[in-house]
Amino acid sequence: MASYEWHPCSRNYVLEREGTAMAPAPAASHPLKAITVTEVKKVDRKGAGTPPTGKAAPKPSAFVDPLSMADPLSISLDFDGSDPLSMMMKEGNTTAVSGKSSRSGSVKKSDSDTQSGEDVLDDSFEPWSFKKAAILAKYTTSEKLSITTSFLSTSDQERVVIKTQSQAQVGSVSDKVKNRLEQLDDFEEGSVKEMLNLSQQDYVKRIEELNQALITAWDNDHRVKALKIAIQCSKLLVDVSVIPFYPSKFVLVTDILDTFGRLVYERLLDKAQTSLPGTSRPHRLSANFTAEEVPEAAKETCRNWFFKIASIRELIPRLYVEAALIKCYKFLNTGEYTEALERLTMMTRGVGDPLVAVYLRCYLCRIGIQVAPRFRNHIPTCFEDFISTFHLVQGECVQNTLAIQKVEMPRYLSLFCPGLDFILQCVAHRASEEELGHTLERCRTGCNNALMINSIMSAFQPQYIAQRAITFTEMIRECEDTGLPKHTLYRTFGLCLVVAETPEDQQLAVLNEVWKIVVKLKNPADYISCAEVWIEYVVKHFGKRELSTILGDIIKHMTPDRAYEDFYPQLQSVVTKILAHQHDFSLLFSLEKFLPFVDMFQKEAIKVEVCKNIFESFSKHQTTPVNDPVVINAMMFLGRIMHDSVDALTLEDEKRVVGNLLCSFVRQVHFGRDFEQQLSFYVESRAYFSNLDMVLIALVHSVNNLSIETRKILKGNHSRKTAAFVRACAAYSFITIPSLQSVFSQLQLYLISGQVALLNQCYSQADAFFKALISLIPDLPRTLDVADSKSRTSEPFLVDFLYGFISTLLVTPDNPDSGVMYLLRGLLNVLQDYTWDPSSDGRVLIYTRVLAMLSAACQETYPYRVDKVDSNDSMYGCDPKFVSELKAIANTVIGEILGHLKTISTPEFGKRQSTLVLEVISVLMSSADLGQASMVGLVTQLWGLAQKHGQADVKTLKKLQAYAKSQGSRGVPGFQALLPKLTVN
Amino acid sequence: MDRRLSHDLQLQNKMASLDIRLKKVNKVYREGDVIAGVVVVQSKGELPHQGITLNMEGMVNLLLSTKSVGLFEAFYNSLKPIQLLNYNLDVIKPGKLPSGKTEIPFEVPLKPKPGKTLYETYHGVFVNIQYLIKVEMKRSLLNKDLQKQTEFIIEYKNQEEKAKAKPVNFTITPDTLTNVKKQNVPQFKVKGHIDSSCLQITKPLTGQLTVESCEAPIKSIEIQLVRVETCGCAEGYAKDATEIQNIQIAEGDVVRKMAIPLYMVFPRLFTCPSLSTNNFKVDFEINIVVVFADDHLVTENFPLRLTRF
Repeated sequence: MASYEWHPCSRNYVLEREGTAMAPAPAASHPLKAITVTEVKKVDRKGAGTPPTGKAAPKPSAFVDPLSMADPLSISLDFDGSDPLSMMMKEGNTTAVSGKSSRSGSVKKSDSDTQSGEDVLDDSFEPWSFKKAAILAKYTTSEKLSITTSFLSTSDQERVVIKTQSQAQVGSVSDKVKNRLEQLDDFEEGSVKEMLNLSQQDYVKRIEELNQALITAWDNDHRVKALKIAIQCSKLLVDVSVIPFYPSKFVLVTDILDTFGRLVYERLLDKAQTSLPGTSRPHRLSANFTAEEVPEAAKETCRNWFFKIASIRELIPRLYVEAALIKCYKFLNTGEYTEALERLTMMTRGVGDPLVAVYLRCYLCRIGIQVAPRFRNHIPTCFEDFISTFHLVQGECVQNTLAIQKVEMPRYLSLFCPGLDFILQCVAHRASEEELGHTLERCRTGCNNALMINSIMSAFQPQYIAQRAITFTEMIRECEDTGLPKHTLYRTFGLCLVVAETPEDQQLAVLNEVWKIVVKLKNPADYISCAEVWIEYVVKHFGKRELSTILGDIIKHMTPDRAYEDFYPQLQSVVTKILAHQHDFSLLFSLEKFLPFVDMFQKEAIKVEVCKNIFESFSKHQTTPVNDPVVINAMMFLGRIMHDSVDALTLEDEKRVVGNLLCSFVRQVHFGRDFEQQLSFYVESRAYFSNLDMVLIALVHSVNNLSIETRKILKGNHSRKTAAFVRACAAYSFITIPSLQSVFSQLQLYLISGQVALLNQCYSQADAFFKALISLIPDLPRTLDVADSKSRTSEPFLVDFLYGFISTLLVTPDNPDSGVMYLLRGLLNVLQDYTWDPSSDGRVLIYTRVLAMLSAACQETYPYRVDKVDSNDSMYGCDPKFVSELKAIANTVIGEILGHLKTISTPEFGKRQSTLVLEVISVLMSSADLGQASMVGLVTQLWGLAQKHGQADVKTLKKLQAYAKSQGSRGVPGFQALLPKLTVN
Repeated sequence: MDRRLSHDLQLQNKMASLDIRLKKVNKVYREGDVIAGVVVVQSKGELPHQGITLNMEGMVNLLLSTKSVGLFEAFYNSLKPIQLLNYNLDVIKPGKLPSGKTEIPFEVPLKPKPGKTLYETYHGVFVNIQYLIKVEMKRSLLNKDLQKQTEFIIEYKNQEEKAKAKPVNFTITPDTLTNVKKQNVPQFKVKGHIDSSCLQITKPLTGQLTVESCEAPIKSIEIQLVRVETCGCAEGYAKDATEIQNIQIAEGDVVRKMAIPLYMVFPRLFTCPSLSTNNFKVDFEINIVVVFADDHLVTENFPLRLTRF
């Protein structure tokens, strides 16, 4: 193939720009808005497609997923359509609910059904389900438990099955009933087995098995068996033999009872809806049906259930099971359950053991709240009965039990908490101020007991307690100390005050009173549990002096015997609470005790965690730039700790988190006009945080920014002093960049720093940057790690990056000591030796841009320039010698391009080749002088080559043709001659 | 009979079934009511038969307890069952029934035999009052007859005796006990009342009880429902008291001086309005039982009068 000589066309960029500039016109609407609107519609339609679950979701009932309840988005009903994200979230919520199993789904529905008519409980009432997990976690035991049942061994199950079969054959109703009653009696005497020596896990597992057994029995239509299981489960609640586990047992067993109650209710509802005689179509009851609508058959079944329950011999199982089914009274008599609730509440008085009784009352309240939230008559009775029976804890029976089980009184009393809390919560819910006052008074006179005060504080509205803070401090001081230790009270008290507003005149008095006692606590565990809570109160309401005192006090308590080692979580929460309320970091770090406090975290991981917290809070709340040396020093110190925790084994994510936090800190530090100090801060930071690429990158950017700022102030005219400063900045960048791990970042930073240096007229520095850049290219890794851990080739990056670099080279003036286009030559040499991916054409693509750049370099004035920098155009002034040098380079480049095209001339590369050729043609058309015959020849030849395999992109061909035509019509030389040769096959 | 045939017959037996369905779901009827329902025959294939008959019967069965058999052998014969009601009816004449499900409706008026009363249904130990409907399908020699029976329940239409408030107050102390030696009984005092001893059977027994004082710990307080059945005639009679159910109303050492409610629902079928006839009597009583921790117990007996209205 003949070598072609390069002839650049001459262009007037100013005119061209004017020709291609677009005329702006005002727009009628926001171009992105239309998209949002369609999005909303779509979501809306989807929501309508799933009405049953969608209906249930927005109603906050006791059973709804807590997330959807807390989420205000799901409650707001106006679709304003402004925010597609919140719409998506809403949709996400509904699908999450519908994704649950059908069983629970239907429960949810029926529940919200019944509640829609009653008044729905609002958010202020914390439902039982929230408390369950906490109780299970708190009340545990290492003792051996026993379970008494007839359902867990296989042989027994067989027996039951046989029995039910024989029962099926018996004809008369009476026999059936007799049989069933016999069965009920059966487990009371014969078949019961006691499983001894169960560990807590085993026990929980067994109970779960019972739950499963109940559901299976129910699904297999063994209703009597299901009832028996429910009765046996509630019998477990009579047993107080492993007393510390009792609250957890209550949670587990009542779960089963709830399941049972739900199953019976659903079954009756089913029966009531389908068995209407005369019509084949199932009749559906309205959500708030009355007893009159219920068909006789369903009523009869319901009555049977209650007759069966009424014949349960033992008191406690009878009460529990009836309570579980109380909702079913709805089928018999609308409103009857209120009567039943009152009756059951009264009957609870027959329970002798105070612990068993309090949980039974708790269950009644819980069921009552669920079934008839408005009905409250039984709740005060529950509470009153509790108070009047509370003295039984001192009774002989209880004392004996405790002595046998070696449980101390405080521990025993703490078992009452969850149950009592819940009862009190029911009392307090929606109660008037007066009523609360009355309750409080009743407690003071009835039993001024630590336990009671504690429960009152956790049940009542915190605001109510905060209003009477002083009264409560007195009550706590005076209450009898039976069992429940006072520090628990102070802790609960603190929790209340923290969320509510204490009247200002009481604040200090309360703190003094409380702290006086807290200070005296000897046991570090007791102490910290209080301090952890009260610190928030102090941060919220008081200043530096108090905070410092308290912190100092905590340090004093925690230091002996390295006690702090056991309480890292609590200490951490102290820091978190301080940070949540105190956003003035100057004040914080000027506290004498804050850093010593942080020093208490001796375990590396935790210390880093704390540092992170501080940094997070800093980046969130510090909105103004910082220049306080105290803050900066402290932060540097803490940052150092975080930085030093990063090592070779640290996870990528962790590094990113730490890096981000440090970066946001570095960016926030600002010394105003004192640039030198700023730079020295950056130098210091580099020394501190040298291991994290992210921070170094941020630092280089910041330094570059600094020198640009300098330039801005001087409007480009550097004095000697500022010139020295910007050179120092460049030097900073130059020595920082090589220490980065990532070659990609290095390349980018070299380029940008070079550009900044150029802008500041630091020619030799810019040269150095670019040289470094070019010499770094061979080290570029050939693959790039992407986020999803697949590696991709790095070539697209390189190509894009070099496009930018080549454009920069156009305006970089040549170093007089080196030859013409010294840097470009260097780049070409490097590219020549670079090992390219054989299946890609990156090199040729870069060459086309080099060609375009060379053609621009031949012009008299360049298309763009750097302010106050003389580029080659003004340096050489289109000197023919210079131009011919450029042409020589261009010729080599063309040679290279053609050579490459030749290597991919076989038909299997047809598509690739033609695409590449068209790319070359477009560059030639825009930058080559087509007045020269050789150029026209080259274009013609390439045009033919592009269509050789018939795989050329016709659209591009047409576009090129059109371009040639328009150029031709404007009289650009050569195009008229070229046009006839450009034919599309 | 060859083997093949017997196999076919078995198959046929299996394939045909007979059932009675009463219109009222709860199966409760009163004198003068019409018992309406359907006989349901289900068969695969045609079903030849020799007619379906229906028999409605009400019986009082009396039984002697084993301990008193010796005494009563003399007039044993007088304890034969008493028929209150007997009615026969041809539901369908001999013929063939089509394959599939056939429902044949029937209606029978509920009238006692002359001179008898329809007592309420009652399932006891020595006295049983039961009402049955039996359906029988007669079939050819080779096939077994098909039978099905179902019980229905009779309640009084009206009753002269009505429930009325007859409160009973009681106090139990060691002094009120009759058949114990006083020295090893702990000091205690239980007071209370039953709202009425003459009760409607559909309403629960209510009342309350207060443990005023008690030296020994209490284990449990229970209400025991007892039936007292008397069989006999002029020559002599046997009276037996047996427990129907035992309902616990207090568990553990209950708090003193606090009223504990008494509450008991009367079980269906096992109780009926108190009944007294020439040949037998059914009465009910309750015992209030206080069980102490050492398993000693104290019982106080209260006769009840149960009525339907």
